[in-house]
Amino acid sequence: MLSLLATTFSILAQAVTDNTEGLKAIGAGLGYGLAAIGPGIGIGVVVAAAIDAMTRQPESAGTARTTMFLGIAFTEALALIGFVVFILLLP
Amino acid sequence: MKVLALDFPPVSHLFEWPDFAFEGTHLAMNKTVLIYLFALVLTMWLFMSAGAKKSLVPRGVSHVAEGGINFVEDSIVMQTMGAEGKKYVPFLTTMFFFIFFSNIFEVIPFIQFPANARMAVPIAMALLVWVIYNFLGVKNQGFFGYLKNSLFPPGVPKALYLIVTPIEFFSVFIIRPLSLAIRLWANMVAGHLLLVTFAVLSATLWDSTYVGAVAPAAMLVIMTGFEILVSFLQAFIFTILTAVYMGGAIHPEH
Repeated sequence: MLSLLATTFSILAQAVTDNTEGLKAIGAGLGYGLAAIGPGIGIGVVVAAAIDAMTRQPESAGTARTTMFLGIAFTEALALIGFVVFILLLP
Repeated sequence: MKVLALDFPPVSHLFEWPDFAFEGTHLAMNKTVLIYLFALVLTMWLFMSAGAKKSLVPRGVSHVAEGGINFVEDSIVMQTMGAEGKKYVPFLTTMFFFIFFSNIFEVIPFIQFPANARMAVPIAMALLVWVIYNFLGVKNQGFFGYLKNSLFPPGVPKALYLIVTPIEFFSVFIIRPLSLAIRLWANMVAGHLLLVTFAVLSATLWDSTYVGAVAPAAMLVIMTGFEILVSFLQAFIFTILTAVYMGGAIHPEH
């Protein structure tokens, strides 16, 4: 009985150590996917507002475009941090 | 690494190059160093040869250099710092062209590696920008004035400073240089991985079924075009964020 328990534990321990790499890969993929949701929506909002501004006032399109790139850059940073975590977690 | 039965090279093989000169010393050279040196020489050559030929109507190299300077002045400096930022145009133009040249090697045949996909130079440039905007802030507003303007933004209720001040401290002094470097580096890494993925896919499918390679090869061409845009855009964004940080240090918000 005791030996059976010991075997079970060793098998369980084995399973846990063997899964680490796989769990890391799943975590990396899920992490990047989740990190991309917010910035995706955010960049959509930024660009939509910028297009709205450009079509309403074409003479100030230059300023709107510059500000749009700034907004995209700040929003995109979050997705890129997710990408960095993905690279760091890769086996 | 096997991905979908494709023989995908391990990530370290795509970004780490063996040294070929001065091995084992601090001056060791590899492909990345060579690309940076080439980008440096290209930037210097562009402006020095354009400056040597003084003609009323710019032609050839002068035309490119003047267009670049005008672009940086009109759509980066004037939009963010105003007329008094004009004395920083040389610095920003050099930075823009250096980053652009080291990025564009991503799509140049037989070289095909964006040098900024290694972290060293992006973080060094971001730290340089950090030093410059802090120096400008202290110079223009005084040490305590600069700290007060950047840590205690006006128009916030007094009690909220308990939360706002630590956040502002992190975002101004730590997150800014880090995000500047990570943005450039991660965009180049992602672009390189994207191109490698489609190239490996095309090569493998060409070996097994000739017809199957058509779609990934077409995608590779499209993505190459997209990466030209990205390498321009990242140079633009790095430069414009530098200008914004410098402008914020010269002129605090009231």
